[in-house]
Amino acid sequence: MSTSTEPWQTAEIPGPKKALVITKPEVVSALIRRAKRPILVVGHQAAEIQLRNGKLIDYMIRLAENLKIPIVATAHMQREFLKRGFHVDSWMPAVDIGNRLKDPEWQGLDGLGPQDLALFSGIPYYVEWLILSGLKHFSTGLKTISLEMHYQPHASWSFPNLPLDEWEKNLEGIIGGK
Amino acid sequence: MPEKELRMKIGELKSDIGTIKDLELSIGKIIEETWAEEMGPTPFPSITDLREWDLRLLQRYAPFYMPFCDVCCLCTYGKCDLTGDKKGACGLNMASQQSRIVLIACCMGAAAHITHARHLVDDLIERFGRDYPMDVGGLSVEVEAPIIRLVCGRRPRRLGDLEDILDYTERQLTQLLSATNTGQEESNLDFESKVFHAGMIDHVGLEVADMAQIAAYGFPKADPDAPLAEIGFGVVDAAKPVILVVGHNVPPAAEIVDYLTDKGLHGEVEVTGLCCSAHDVARYNPKAKMVGPMSWQLRFIRSGVPDVVVIDEQCIRADTLAEAQKIMAPVIATNEQNCAGLPNRTKDPPTEIVKDLLDGKIPGALILDPAKVGQVSVETAVALAPKRRKFKDVPNVEDIIKGGKRCTRCKECVRTCPNSLPVMEALLEARGGDLDKLSSLYEECIGCARCESACPLDFPLHSFIVKAAEKKMKEEKFKIRVGRGAIQDLEIREVGSPIVLGDIPGVIALVGCPNYAKGAKEVAEIAMEFARRRYIVVTSGCAAMSAAMFKNEEGKSLYEIYPGVFDAGGILNVGSCVSNAHIAGAVIKIASIFAKRKLRGNYEEIADYVLNRIGAVGVAWGAMAPKAASIGSGFWRLGVPVIVGPHGFKYRRMLLGRKDRIEDWNVYDARSGEKVYVGPTPEHLFYSAETKDEAMVMMAKLCMRPNDTTKGRSIKLTHYIDLSRRLFGVMPDDVHLFVRTIADIPITVKDEVIRLLEEKGWKENVIPDPTLLPTMIRRRRE
Repeated sequence: MSTSTEPWQTAEIPGPKKALVITKPEVVSALIRRAKRPILVVGHQAAEIQLRNGKLIDYMIRLAENLKIPIVATAHMQREFLKRGFHVDSWMPAVDIGNRLKDPEWQGLDGLGPQDLALFSGIPYYVEWLILSGLKHFSTGLKTISLEMHYQPHASWSFPNLPLDEWEKNLEGIIGGK
Repeated sequence: MPEKELRMKIGELKSDIGTIKDLELSIGKIIEETWAEEMGPTPFPSITDLREWDLRLLQRYAPFYMPFCDVCCLCTYGKCDLTGDKKGACGLNMASQQSRIVLIACCMGAAAHITHARHLVDDLIERFGRDYPMDVGGLSVEVEAPIIRLVCGRRPRRLGDLEDILDYTERQLTQLLSATNTGQEESNLDFESKVFHAGMIDHVGLEVADMAQIAAYGFPKADPDAPLAEIGFGVVDAAKPVILVVGHNVPPAAEIVDYLTDKGLHGEVEVTGLCCSAHDVARYNPKAKMVGPMSWQLRFIRSGVPDVVVIDEQCIRADTLAEAQKIMAPVIATNEQNCAGLPNRTKDPPTEIVKDLLDGKIPGALILDPAKVGQVSVETAVALAPKRRKFKDVPNVEDIIKGGKRCTRCKECVRTCPNSLPVMEALLEARGGDLDKLSSLYEECIGCARCESACPLDFPLHSFIVKAAEKKMKEEKFKIRVGRGAIQDLEIREVGSPIVLGDIPGVIALVGCPNYAKGAKEVAEIAMEFARRRYIVVTSGCAAMSAAMFKNEEGKSLYEIYPGVFDAGGILNVGSCVSNAHIAGAVIKIASIFAKRKLRGNYEEIADYVLNRIGAVGVAWGAMAPKAASIGSGFWRLGVPVIVGPHGFKYRRMLLGRKDRIEDWNVYDARSGEKVYVGPTPEHLFYSAETKDEAMVMMAKLCMRPNDTTKGRSIKLTHYIDLSRRLFGVMPDDVHLFVRTIADIPITVKDEVIRLLEEKGWKENVIPDPTLLPTMIRRRRE
């Protein structure tokens, strides 16, 4: 696994506090297991990124189903999920879910309490970079994981910059709950 | 004009008591009142006069900060790490630092527009005199300066009247900027209030600038049938000498046109423009050719077509001189804002300057006299064109193939590209001579050339893309209706009622820069979608050009298809960046002309009216510049929500409503003083969308207002539901928040919506006379 932990877009230099690197999928699996109220935020690029066994969205559906994590679709992604016969738990713009997650009084998607872990996938690099920055600085009690192929320094945990096949292997590992 | 400065100068006065020589008296201002409308509560508002209104807005639309940088490096205490709840050495926290940066950006933007306005007013006064009348639309436009009337409580009648207005904006701007110094403002919400103030004075500056140039240069005056001009790379006749003007300040370009006319050279020299100078030179003379938005700068200069490059101010690439030198075209800088390191030749005779440019003694010249710019540019272009023979800086196909073979696959080009375009993959594919993939990047390339700066082998990657797409580029031939200027009072009278009551579902203003994530075509697609749905679509600036640069199946650009009227189904280009004043002006005029609300110095009431009644949404799909931020902030204070494209996230702060918080959406019913829930209308004040489809659904949603009649709300819901179903594949899950009575429900989806209302436990509500201002309540509760 490459250990490159530079921001993927070269000028997106953050600050002193940077994401811990996910060195193996078991780290994510453990974090998910430990979380009481995780959610998975899936952006529009999940319907564009082609992996060996389908598009990224297909992996996210399997991940949500296997690990029982509710999905928030952003942008126009409801359409893409419906095409696959999958009903997401919620839809909202990426900026709106970011805004809610940073609010300690928000009672989550189901109204039963704040989310304590948010995983992100399929959101344009710089958009996710900024949303994660907002959450790093202003959320309380929330941990974030970037499931993207490229290092997201503002997440709590992020993959390093990975080749496609290694990234896919990691995703499969998380989906399998290893 | 209510105030006048009295100056008296006596050369020599002999009297019994002696002789007085060269006496000059200045007696401040004399009030000259000819305007019957009573002055409102806040003429020439100070930074704090509208603070309460701002805080009302900010309570509902709270800032969501997404810091672009975790540290502050603005003073020598720093760098200070502001991560999380840390504070800097000065005591400032991250929220305040972010709002401070937003304020700095908005001050930059407002300063650019206000300085531009000052340049125009000074130039035009020198040329036409202070008493030149401010006619921006004859009898069609009696409310000639809605923003100035609203903010300043003045009616500018002459060019000279604009000077006081600019004095005010410059004073405010200085005070706002001073608040960003270390040790000044500490509250993020007060910074945000100042951001709104910067936006408001920015709008004043925009209006001053466009009024001055419309009146003095005879631009189209509120003309729905403003002429069609040509736009696109392919419309330029490269066989002729070509002058390129870049920027925003039109006097030098106008002088070029005048000089050509005076010398009988019109038609023999091509006058071309990029960015807002293109808009305004075409408003001055529609025979001028508009090359395209600011993102076309590099590709056009490198093509070698321009023989002389004339730059003025704003949105000019900072490497223009270096790029022009590569094609052996001199640069003439015409503005104090951008001297480009060139020698100041303002006082030299034009013939000497031309000679030095032709001899190559100087790469260009700074000439701060527009008339002289006209002469020097034309004479240089005419003499130089046969020598340059369109010397260009464009690689040939062999260079690209060689580049592909030498590429080390470092991916720096991809990692630096704002849109993460697969430049490296495309270049590698070109190794065998297949340029299709490189060519396919053309539409989504924003022309920044960061890929070139990043490439360790110094490949001219942007030029590779442009060369690969050469055929497409040369086929860029479109029509654009030149900026029409203001909206007529008559048009406002006709659409005021249907807009306020909701029969016209909304006004969509497509404005701003060309920093698009997925290419300019999306702007045209948005414009056509909403025009077909009978919204009013207004365009300006680079977005107006982007909208023009696509054709339908019959080969027509959208300005040829849709009428230029401010009415349902119209697509109207108001003009350049400064013409955005007419969009704000139109919503203000609806309150004034249709609703007969008092305008003069009455900002808060009018903004409250706009927020609650006028379904207008600004869309800056490619917003890039601080100028776009300041224009946006002027709309926020006025109560008009703004949507930006994905790159707009980088403005690092959104103003977002929370539809899940019921208590945020109560307004007063002005009839009774009762608080009434009106739903999230409009849900957000500043919002960045991830994709065009997301934005289009949100545009329809943000057009809903508390005051909509049941018929109007039903029409707006029809579009919201229809767009959501088409683009998201679902009925929106928040429809119940926008249904006040059963009559609001569109008939075509009535059963489905009623089922949804039942599931959500919906209750019928009243439609109030909505206001956020306790002062607007006509009968207080006992």
